[in-house]
Amino acid sequence: MADKNKTAGTQETTGHEWDGIQELNNPLPKWWLYLFYASILFAIVWSVLYPSVPYFRSHFAGLLGYTQREEVAQNLREAAGSQAVYRDRIQNLDVIAVRADEELRRFATAGGRVLFAENCAGCHQSGGVGTKGYPSLADDDWLWGGSLTEIEQTIRYGIRAGHDETRISQMPRFQLDGMLSAKEVEAVSDHVLVMAGQAPAKGQDPKLGAKIYADNCVACHGETGKGNRELGAPNLTDKVWLYGSDRKSVIQTVAQSRNGVMPAWAGRLDDATIKMLAVYVHALGGGE
Amino acid sequence: MTAVAALPTYADRKLEPYIEDVVRAFMIATIFWGIAAFAAGVYIALQLAFPVLNLGLEWTTFGRLRPLHTSAAIFAFGGNALLGSSIYVVQRTCRARLFGGEATGWFLFFGYQLFIVLAALGYVFGVTQSKEYAEPEWYVDLWLTLVWVVYLIAFAGTLIKREEPHIYVANWFYLAFIITVAMLHIVNNLAIPVSFFGAKSYSVFSGVQDALTQWWYGHNAVGFFLTAGFLAMMYYFIPKQANRPVYSYRLSIVHFWSLIFLYIWAGPHHLHYTSLPDWAATLGMVFSIMLWMPSWGGMINGLMTLSGAWDKLRTDPGLRFSVTAVAFYGMATFEGPVMSIRQVNALSHYTDWTIGHVHSGALGWNAFITFGMLYYIVPVLWKRERLYSDKLATVHFWIATLGILLYITAMWVSGIMQGLMWRAYDHLGFLQYSFVETVEAMHPFYVIRALGGILFLTGALIMTYNLWRTARGDVRAESGADLKPAAAV
Repeated sequence: MADKNKTAGTQETTGHEWDGIQELNNPLPKWWLYLFYASILFAIVWSVLYPSVPYFRSHFAGLLGYTQREEVAQNLREAAGSQAVYRDRIQNLDVIAVRADEELRRFATAGGRVLFAENCAGCHQSGGVGTKGYPSLADDDWLWGGSLTEIEQTIRYGIRAGHDETRISQMPRFQLDGMLSAKEVEAVSDHVLVMAGQAPAKGQDPKLGAKIYADNCVACHGETGKGNRELGAPNLTDKVWLYGSDRKSVIQTVAQSRNGVMPAWAGRLDDATIKMLAVYVHALGGGE
Repeated sequence: MTAVAALPTYADRKLEPYIEDVVRAFMIATIFWGIAAFAAGVYIALQLAFPVLNLGLEWTTFGRLRPLHTSAAIFAFGGNALLGSSIYVVQRTCRARLFGGEATGWFLFFGYQLFIVLAALGYVFGVTQSKEYAEPEWYVDLWLTLVWVVYLIAFAGTLIKREEPHIYVANWFYLAFIITVAMLHIVNNLAIPVSFFGAKSYSVFSGVQDALTQWWYGHNAVGFFLTAGFLAMMYYFIPKQANRPVYSYRLSIVHFWSLIFLYIWAGPHHLHYTSLPDWAATLGMVFSIMLWMPSWGGMINGLMTLSGAWDKLRTDPGLRFSVTAVAFYGMATFEGPVMSIRQVNALSHYTDWTIGHVHSGALGWNAFITFGMLYYIVPVLWKRERLYSDKLATVHFWIATLGILLYITAMWVSGIMQGLMWRAYDHLGFLQYSFVETVEAMHPFYVIRALGGILFLTGALIMTYNLWRTARGDVRAESGADLKPAAAV
């Protein structure tokens, strides 16, 4: 046994044996012990520097006076400070003047990209390309208007958002509320699809469709179907369809209505941020 | 290949000095649940890379399969390995049959499997109390408590009736594991059911107290389930495989007590930069730092036990797993204290770095030490002279090691990149990247991670085949200087 143990430091075992396993009685490795002491020392020093020991109603605050709240407040102050020169000016100018100022426009566009990704891309998608139910902001087909001030107003107060200033309009639920029968809904949907340049559906009743359109739709969408931005009524004669251009989707829209909602961002985002977003969205492709 | 040897008959097994049927069952369960856990892990890794694999069904979403994977790995795979090996080790190192006899052993086996199945069903069907690693609802918790108390009684009873004068170090660790897990499990799961016949309950803790209790539990599930329990395994199986005495009795005492004392306070480091008070976060951090050396004490005792027997690494693939496991243990227990430092945590928290860290522990340490144990214990339990194939075990070792390295390096790169992208600002003071851009950047690393997982799973399947043939008594004809029969018994 003794010669077998030679390479393992001490040759002494403790004299115990369990199922053939013995134990040597080597001392604690020096480097191990000193590192252990060092880590304890580190712990003590750190606890003196930082908030550590709890008392009954408060705690030992540490010599450095560190708190997480102060750290984050400091970070926010620094961030705000570095942007203050731009943000303060944006705050005090209207959105058209912001865009006219080359330096501010560049700042607003750079910031708008990030702000859009953080706040808007969840619905309107990266780059504002949109998806079903969430309009593309990168084309020139605007529901409520594509000028800088119109975009700013939409962002600030939202659409059907419950805000006092929100943009609001309501397309009726023609079939659900018993205003039109299923047959009439189909007829007017087919009529609208022909207006949009699609081939007439099989067994279509053009006369009935035109009559229903004239009686129910003209007020908002106009005689020629070009829509009305005052009411957020979309243009029906183009190929841009928020909820789908297939017959089934259009029938569903007429029968049940859609009435999509965009939140009001006033109160969630500060004034300068909203203006920056307006400048960014305006530049996405379709600004007027 | 030799003919299939006859298994011991039931009458033979009745005469065994120790209860081993139950241990055999636990080992089979360990392998079965291990494969299930690794397969679930591979699947959810692929889901992260290719979200279409969520299949659009509520039962197969990442949110439900992820706790299925973690619990299968920790409690099903790890738990069966711990229960089985502890029953094996405590009987032999005490020279006493299991307290409570065979019936108790079988109750533990079937009771524990029932717990696993109940928990797994809960995950898939969305029954959860939303506590990480403690998702099962109150009825599962109560059942596990009962099983666990029986386990404690059986284990402690065996210690009490031991015929050895002293208690072996492996048993200290097993006992610490059993007692502490009981305490953690009971306290963290204190809850009030909404009704007698409903699954839903509410925790008695709320707010930041709930978070702190949860991470006191979560961190010590790592400390006592995945560390103390598996160190116990190391303390028995490495000396047996190496056929060498344990390096230092004194070190084992000092690192045992320092580990036990320090681990329990370190949980708050999971809650840096949250509503947890600053002082609690500081204490969690400094206790984590002090934990470094006590952890490494176990590593030293494991590795130094090999001095004079390093050559066995060439001939015994099981020992190679055990020793590599100890090396990974050392690495993970260094990385842990580093990540607990508040300023490091500011970068690492909520990133894939954490996932990589956990897996260098789970795959490198827990799974490897279990594989090493299995390659040793299966020939012993099934009364075979040697493994069916050392060569296949060697293939398993290299495939699994490569899988781990792919996994953890992918997660290091991905996690640190993710953390840096989150905090990157441009020259005008705006965040440089949106969240979705960081997700996009991580995609290649998710694919590499899944590949690592596939390798690891493949290795485990090879092991399963090898151990199955071993249990049947087959021996594969193999040649080569480094493939001498392993010292099995």
